[in-house]
Amino acid sequence: MSQLDNRPKGASLILLTATRYLVPVLFLFSFFVLIRGHNEPGGGFVGGLIAASAFALYAIARGLEGARQLLRVPTQTLIGVGLLIAFGSGLVGVLYGRPFLTGIWNAVPLPVVGKIGTPGIFDIGVFLTVLGVALQIVFGLMEED
Amino acid sequence: MHVAVLSGFVFSLAAIWIARIGKLRGWLFALLPLALTAYFLSFAPRIADGDAIIHTLEWVPSLDIALSFHLDGLSWVFALLVSGIGFFVFVYAGDYFGNDPLVGRFYAYILIFMASMLGLVLADNLIALFIFWELTSFSSYLLIGFKHEDEAARKAALQALLVTGGGGLALMAGLILLGLAGGTFEISALLAGESVTDHAHYVPIALLVMLGAFTKSAQVPFHFWLPGAMTAPSPVSAYLHSATMVKAGVYLLARLSPVLGGTDLWHTALAAVGGATMLTGAYLSLRHTDLKRILAYSTISALGTLVFLQGVESPLAAQAAMVFLIVHSLYKGALFLIAGIIEHETGTRDVTALGGLGRMMPLVAVAAALAALSMAGIPPFFGFVGKELLYETTLDALEVPGLFTAVAVVSNIILVAVAALVFFRPFTGRLTDTPKQPHPVPVGMWLGPAALGVGSLLAGLLVASVGDTFIAPAVAAIAEDAAEVHLALWHGINPMLILSVITVLAGIAVYRYRHLYSRIADRIDPGERLSPAHWYARGLDLLNAVARLQTRVLQHGYLRIYLMVIHLVLVGLVGLTLVTHWDGAALPRGDDVGIVEATLVAIIAVAMLYVLRARSRLAAVVALGVVGYGVALIFMIYGAPDLAMTQFSIETLTVILMVLILYRLPPFARFSTRLQRRRDAVVAVSVGALITVLVLLASAVETQSLLTPFFAENSYTEAQGRNIVNVILVDFRGGDTMGEITVLAVAAFGVIALLKLKPLRQPRVDLTSSVEGETEEETEALGVVEEVI
Repeated sequence: MSQLDNRPKGASLILLTATRYLVPVLFLFSFFVLIRGHNEPGGGFVGGLIAASAFALYAIARGLEGARQLLRVPTQTLIGVGLLIAFGSGLVGVLYGRPFLTGIWNAVPLPVVGKIGTPGIFDIGVFLTVLGVALQIVFGLMEED
Repeated sequence: MHVAVLSGFVFSLAAIWIARIGKLRGWLFALLPLALTAYFLSFAPRIADGDAIIHTLEWVPSLDIALSFHLDGLSWVFALLVSGIGFFVFVYAGDYFGNDPLVGRFYAYILIFMASMLGLVLADNLIALFIFWELTSFSSYLLIGFKHEDEAARKAALQALLVTGGGGLALMAGLILLGLAGGTFEISALLAGESVTDHAHYVPIALLVMLGAFTKSAQVPFHFWLPGAMTAPSPVSAYLHSATMVKAGVYLLARLSPVLGGTDLWHTALAAVGGATMLTGAYLSLRHTDLKRILAYSTISALGTLVFLQGVESPLAAQAAMVFLIVHSLYKGALFLIAGIIEHETGTRDVTALGGLGRMMPLVAVAAALAALSMAGIPPFFGFVGKELLYETTLDALEVPGLFTAVAVVSNIILVAVAALVFFRPFTGRLTDTPKQPHPVPVGMWLGPAALGVGSLLAGLLVASVGDTFIAPAVAAIAEDAAEVHLALWHGINPMLILSVITVLAGIAVYRYRHLYSRIADRIDPGERLSPAHWYARGLDLLNAVARLQTRVLQHGYLRIYLMVIHLVLVGLVGLTLVTHWDGAALPRGDDVGIVEATLVAIIAVAMLYVLRARSRLAAVVALGVVGYGVALIFMIYGAPDLAMTQFSIETLTVILMVLILYRLPPFARFSTRLQRRRDAVVAVSVGALITVLVLLASAVETQSLLTPFFAENSYTEAQGRNIVNVILVDFRGGDTMGEITVLAVAAFGVIALLKLKPLRQPRVDLTSSVEGETEEETEALGVVEEVI
């Protein structure tokens, strides 16, 4: 019950308990949406938003500091890394002598994961950027003056 | 050659870390220009044979832009000046900055400059040349404003950027026109092809190119930025603002003269502007007591001479220009570095406060003497050869030899006095009290001036081989009908020698009686009102005033009024078009609306009405969320799951954000009057009605989209994905997405800035709307994609 003891003042026990089960599911769901995006409805943008909702929920239940600790990295870093990954995935095409952002795929599908291509990596960049942006705004607003 | 040019950019990225190695950093950095000098020198035999070396790399093939470099006699001389003087400047700066924590940044900037300048003089493509041209302006901006805490430095940097950047815009237009007129953007092909002087656009092309060159090379009336640029550290003044960058305009004119030159317009404009600059610069240089300003104005005069020589119609002109170019780079580079030493050691640059430094720093004094002698044009220095050739060219001119010679002689008389002033005042006489006590000058600092001073002497002594090696190939690249290059110190007693003697004697007289000169100048000086700097300041003030006015009118900060204006314009323009183009088509009657759709619409409508009547913000936000979810469900029904998912997530986050903001707001209150609310209702209803009619009309039209089948066919084969929406986002239109996430990131930092700045009035209401606007934009972007499908 130690986790429940350090809850913010006035936090609802129901919300707190629900968060414990909901947040992991939401994270899983956001990754699922991200990965399946290439063939089925989903993608990095929606995935990032879902993950951001998970963090927002966590922040409401456990307070801002808890959410920041869960995230581990500052939101700015998340945005920067996301942009870099998206940009870097575009450069792979350049290395192959093709225009920037040309999709490059491994020729032989790997077992389990299947085909991997730079558009998928690009989408991960989108995911991280959207997550970072949304959280930066949410956290910024939650901060006490 | 690409490696040679681009290496500077690469090293500039690492400069901050390289600079950490300590005292020897100057020497370490100088290895790059040293290697470049050796590299370019290795081309000497091929240049002597008249070869032109061209290296090409595709860049933007679809726009006919290639990163091609072209090394011939002209670009070779410039490349050697850039890398050679660069070496001494880099070494010098190591000791000049000492342990200044910003030294790494300085090297980063100056490496960018060196690489850009090399690119500029070597570029064979007009567009590539222009890009390097702008990069030199940009690095010059950073370097002039290097002491960024000093307001004067920031102002001077901006001034230089605005003047050269404005000229750069003209140049871009001129170069594009030139490329279209000549049928190619490759300079080597233009030079080999027909001259464009008979083309219908010749006059605008020539004027625009000249405007670019004149601003960059500080010609009257754009000269005023150069003295301002003297707020830069001395190595920068020596390198950019006397030896290399300001000569870019001269290089451009010389480079393009086979294509654009030979017309009356060309000769008249260059001779007139160059001559005026030559005189103005010389006149003003003796009006100042700040050592660097004196040198800056005499540089303007020299740049005027170089432009003037290209305007003079004479077979000797190209030769004279190239000789004077090297002469000036050597002695002026040395003098600027010496000015930096003097300031560094004594803490002042005012010549009236200096004296007797010759005993404290004898080596520097010798270097200064060598440079000043070359500047004054005393035999056997290279400056003497330059001046003789200048006089010979003006005497030989086809246009108005008398006037040209008079202008040249008068300017040079003053410059002789300047040379005397910058040597005798600081180095001879009694030692004066200065803010700092001079101490021995480190080797890195005196090496450059000494080498450049000795170079001025050696070039004069070995004038014949200098002429064959450096001048002849460059002249061959500029002009075909130029006279053969035979440089010599002694031509016998001729009119040029007599003029030279007169110049030197008169110059010494002017120096001796410079107080008289000042008194006469005070009388005739037109003063502030006529100076271009004054008009520049007035123009800038006016621009700011207009911008402020415009911002006040357009960006008043009331979101409700922004929204009203946007919506009224939409209704006005689209509605008007709709009414005038109505072809009587009947609206669909909506017989196919099922129970599910009807229910959803009813839910949305009820929620909307609830928002309007709500007396608590929280209730209004929740009701708005219902509207959003309702819309998402509609997306779902009509087969747009991606859009629906995004809409759901956005709605959820929006509600959370809104609640977070509402939490901080004062209690609910109505601020608007009944009349205002009615007005808003009219606007809202008309927008809603318009959009409804538009959607109904649009859906009634059967359109044949070309995009849908394309994406449907190619999504899996080309991009290995079955979700067309996502494939479009991450692959087909990946560049757009890249741009969008960048915008998002910028917006996020903007939000943080707004939150942390804590404005005094109406803080967070405006903020949410901007956040929402952003997310809605994303939804809309997705919506567009869906519609395409």
